[in-house]
Amino acid sequence: MTELPLIGEAVAVAAHPRLAGAKIGVVTFPGTLDDRDAARAVRLAGATPVELWHAGTTLGDVDAVVIPGGFSYGDYLRAGAIARFAPLMSKIIDAANSDAKLPVLGICNGFQILTESHLLPGSMIKNDHLKFMCRDQVLRVENNTTAWTGDYAAGQEITVPLKNQDGQYIADEKTLDALEAEGRVVFRYVGFNPNGSRRDIAGISNAAGNVVGLMPHPEHAVEAGFGPEIGSGTEGLGFFTSVLNKIVGDNK
Amino acid sequence: MTETPSVAAPAETARKFNIDTVENAAKTPDTELPWAELGLKQNEFEEVVKVLGRRPTGAELAMYSVMWSEHCSYKSSKNHLRQFGDKVTEEMKKDMLVGIGENAGVTNLGDGWAVTFKIESHNSPSFVEPYQGAATGIGGIVRDIISMGARPVAVMDPLRFGAIDHPDTARVMHGAVAGIGGYGNSLGLPNIGGEMVFDSVYQGNPLVNALAVGVMRHEDIRLANASGKGNKVVLFGARTGGDGIGGASVLASESFDDTKPSKRPAVQVGDPFAEKVLIECCLELFKGSLVEGIQDLGAAGISCATSELASNGDGGMEVELTSVLLRDPTLTPGEILMSESQERMMAVVTPENIAAFEAVMDKWAVEYSWLGEVTDTGRLIITWEGEVIVDVDPRTVAHDGPVYDRPYARPEWQDSVQADSFTGSVQDTGRPSAPADLAAAITELVASPNMCDKSWITKQYDRYVGGNTAMAFPDDAGVVRVDEETGLGVALATDANGRYTYLDPYHGAQLALAEAYRNVATSGAVPMAVSDCLNFGSPEDPDVMWQLAEAIRGLSDACMVLGIPVTGGNVSLYNQTGTTPIHPSPVVAVLGKFDDVARRTPSGWKEDGQAIYLLGTTAAELDGSEWSNMRGHLGGLPPKVDLDAERELGQILINASRDGMVDSAHDLSEGGLAAALVESSLRYGVGARIALQDVLDRDGVDLFTALFSETQGRAVVAVPRSEEIRFTDMCTARGFAHVRIGVVDAEGGTLEINGVETMSLDALREAHEATLPKYFG
Repeated sequence: MTELPLIGEAVAVAAHPRLAGAKIGVVTFPGTLDDRDAARAVRLAGATPVELWHAGTTLGDVDAVVIPGGFSYGDYLRAGAIARFAPLMSKIIDAANSDAKLPVLGICNGFQILTESHLLPGSMIKNDHLKFMCRDQVLRVENNTTAWTGDYAAGQEITVPLKNQDGQYIADEKTLDALEAEGRVVFRYVGFNPNGSRRDIAGISNAAGNVVGLMPHPEHAVEAGFGPEIGSGTEGLGFFTSVLNKIVGDNK
Repeated sequence: MTETPSVAAPAETARKFNIDTVENAAKTPDTELPWAELGLKQNEFEEVVKVLGRRPTGAELAMYSVMWSEHCSYKSSKNHLRQFGDKVTEEMKKDMLVGIGENAGVTNLGDGWAVTFKIESHNSPSFVEPYQGAATGIGGIVRDIISMGARPVAVMDPLRFGAIDHPDTARVMHGAVAGIGGYGNSLGLPNIGGEMVFDSVYQGNPLVNALAVGVMRHEDIRLANASGKGNKVVLFGARTGGDGIGGASVLASESFDDTKPSKRPAVQVGDPFAEKVLIECCLELFKGSLVEGIQDLGAAGISCATSELASNGDGGMEVELTSVLLRDPTLTPGEILMSESQERMMAVVTPENIAAFEAVMDKWAVEYSWLGEVTDTGRLIITWEGEVIVDVDPRTVAHDGPVYDRPYARPEWQDSVQADSFTGSVQDTGRPSAPADLAAAITELVASPNMCDKSWITKQYDRYVGGNTAMAFPDDAGVVRVDEETGLGVALATDANGRYTYLDPYHGAQLALAEAYRNVATSGAVPMAVSDCLNFGSPEDPDVMWQLAEAIRGLSDACMVLGIPVTGGNVSLYNQTGTTPIHPSPVVAVLGKFDDVARRTPSGWKEDGQAIYLLGTTAAELDGSEWSNMRGHLGGLPPKVDLDAERELGQILINASRDGMVDSAHDLSEGGLAAALVESSLRYGVGARIALQDVLDRDGVDLFTALFSETQGRAVVAVPRSEEIRFTDMCTARGFAHVRIGVVDAEGGTLEINGVETMSLDALREAHEATLPKYFG
C-alpha cells in the first residue's frame, strides 16, 4: 500500500551537528506575511531563526538574513520602495557589502526590497497579465555557486510556489547581458513564464553571490504535504541548507 | 436633510455644528427628524421616543437607526433564528465554548486549543462597488475573528453571480475576485476554498459571502464586553472617515431602486495593510493580556461598538466623541457614530495597562485615542465637547430593537413548481443514451459554468501563506493545521444550492448542510460545528418570509439529527431586484476536526490499480440538477434528504481516512457521479476504467441516470488493494451500500466508462478549464 506523504514528517534533514548553532535572521516589516514561514524553513533546515524587526538598528550575531515576502508598509507606493529606507535595511546593505559578505536572501517582496536597495540590479513591475498569480512553479537552478544554492546541482529543476502581483522582472538589455555573462541569473522559470519576466529570469544574485533574490517562495516548499503537489514538496529546503553549509564551511 | 441638528450640515455659529444635546432634545420635542431617510419606520421611531421618554437627539437617532436596521438587529429573522439555540442537545453543547450572539462562536478542539469561525455576507456593497465590497467583506469577517482573541488562519469565499454571459457579470466577477485577492492576499491568510455559482437570479444581487477561521488557546478567548468601573475605552486602528455612512441602514436593508441617486459613497473603502497591522497588534495585546474586552467596528461603527460593549458589560460607558481621530474633520457627531470606516477596533483597558497598551500601539505605529471609560451607571453617555448628546440604556440600542413576526405563507406557485418535474418535461427531450452522446454530455457538463474548473479564480488567491494549508480548492474541504507538533487541524467546507432551496426551502437548506457535512467528512475530518449565511429576498414579501422560515426550520432540525450546533452566522435580506428575489440561498459552512491533518484525504486518484468504490445508492433524481439547469429547467422536488445515511457515510469516510483504508475520496453532489469521476481524474491527471452495470442492476436506473442524478449521501473512494477487504467489511458491517465500480488507471490518460465513449483526460481538461477564461479573459 502506498502511503500518502505524512504532513509534518519526512522533513528531517541530515543536519551537520555544527548547524544548530547557526543563526539566521528573518526580517519583519509591518505588512510582511511570510516571516513565520521563513522562520519555519530555517528551523527545518537545522538552524536557529532570529526575529529581526524593521526598526531595529542592529543585526546582532546572525550568520545570514532572509527578507521574506509580503507587502511591506502596504507597498502602496512601489513594492519595496519604502522598506528600503527602514533602519534595519541600512545595516543589511552594509553587512552584505562588507568583507564578511553576509548572505542575504530576498524572497518575493524581499527581492523587490533588494532591488530597491540596489543590492541587486533591475526592478519588478506588475505581472504582464495584470493579475495576482499563485501556482506551483518549476525553476531551473542556473547557478549553484551562490551562498543560497550550493546544495543544488547546476541545471537542477525544482518546484516551489509562486505568488505575486508585481513579479515581472525587468532591466535594460545591457544589465541583462551582464547578468547572463557573469552567471548571475540564478533561477529561470521553466515551461511557463508566469509574469512576463525578461529572459524568464526568476532570481538573480550580486557579483559576490552572497545576495540572492527571487520571486518564487522556497520557504513554502519545505514540508511534504504543505507545499507544491508536484515533486517532493520540499524542494525549497535546499536554499536554507545551502546557506548553512556555506556558513559552516566558512567557519571551519 | 436640512435643518436637522447634528446629523445635518455645519451651522453658521462659531461651532462647527449645531449640537443637538439631550437637554435641547428635551426642550424641543417637536423638531422634525429625518428618521425616514435614515431607514426607520414610523412605528420604530415612535418606539425610540417611548424608550427615551423624549425625542432622540440627532446623534441618538443616528445610533438607533443603524442599530435597529435589518442588518444589525435581525428584526425579521430573530424569532426564527431562536431555533438554532433551542434545538440543541447537551451532547451538541459539549464542545461549544462560546455560542451564538458573540462576534463568532468558539468550539473546543482539544489539547487546549479552540477554533472560531464565521461566515458573513457583503452582498449589496459588492454589487455597487465589487472590489471594495468584496475586500471589506474579508476585512470585516477577519476582525470578527480577531475580536474573539484568535489568530485568523484562513479565509474562504462562496460567490454567486449572475448569468455567465450577461454583460454585467464580468464587472462584478473581476471586481469581487480582485478585491478578495487584493485584500486577503495582503493579510497573510490562505484562501482555502469557496464556491462559484452563476445564475441569472443573482444578476442584480450577487452574493459575496466571506468566511474566516481563527484559532487560539482556551485562556485567550476574549469577549466583547465593557466591565470594571474606571477601565478606559480606546479606539484604535484607522481613522474615522466619511465612508460607509449609513451603509448598514440604507444599503443592506433596502432593495436597490433605480430611481434613487447612486449609493457608491456608502460602500466602505478597505486598507489591507492597516488590517494586517491591526491583526498583529491585537495578537500582541492578547499575548500580554492587555485588554479586558474588545470589539471590532463593522456595520454601524462606533454606535455598534459602544452600545454592544456597554450592554454586554456590567455597567455603563461614557465617551467623548471629539476624541475620535478623524480622516475628515467636517464629520458631524451623527456621522462619526454611523461611519463604517474599516480597520478599527475598540477595546477596554485597565488603567494599569495603559502604558503597556500604548507601547504596543507605538511599536506597530497604530493610531489610537482614549475616548472615555466604563461607568457603573448602566447608561451609555456620549458627549461632544462635554455636552451630552447621547444618553441611552445601551441595551435598548444593541439588543432591544424591534422584532417582527413578519407574515409568511407558502407561495401559491410552490405547488405548481413542485409538480413540474424535469423528467418528461419539454426540456427533457433527446436524453443521451448512445456512447458518443453520453461522452458529449459529460464533457458539456464539466464545461458548464457551475461545474467548470474554478482555478481562474483560485489562482488569484494565496493558498500557501502560513505554511499550514494541508488541502485547499479543488478538494472537497479546505484543511489547515493548527498545532505543528501534533498535526491537530481543522477542515472547512461551504455549500448552498439555491435551486434545491427554491424547490423546497425546508429540505433545500438541509441539503446545503448535508453537502457541507459530507465534504468535511470526505476530507477525513469529524464535523463539529456550523455557521450559516442566510441570503434571501425581502422579508416583507410573505413568500420570501416563508422561504426563510422554512430554511431556518429545516437547517435547525437537520443540525439536531447530525449532532452539530450552529455557532454563529449572518442573515442577509432584501436580496432582490424590484419584486424578484434571488433563489433562497442559505450558505452553510461546516467545520470539522482532524487529530492529525496528515490523514486528510484528497479528492483525486493517484495510484494505478486501486479499486474505486461508489458508496450509497442512486435514485432517479434529476429535478433541480445541473443537468436540468443546463437544459433550462427548474421544477419538481430536490433530491431526498437522508440525514441518517449522511451520518453513516460520514462515519465510513472518517474511519477510512483515520485507518488508512482510502487514498482518495470525493463526494457526489452537483453534477452527480459524472462530475465526480471527471474531477477525481483531472485532480492529478490519473484516469480510471469504470463499469456501472452493478449499480444499474442494483438500483434499477439507466446509465444516464446513474451518471447525472444528484442523489445525496454518496461518495466515490479509491481503495488500495491491501485494504479492500477491510474496507468492504466495514461498509457491510455498517449496512451501507457499496459497490466496486472500477479501477484507477494511471497509464491510459483516459476516463473509460462502460457504455460511454472513452474520453481522453486532455480533452476533458481542456473543456473543463476553458470556460472561465473564455468569459473573463
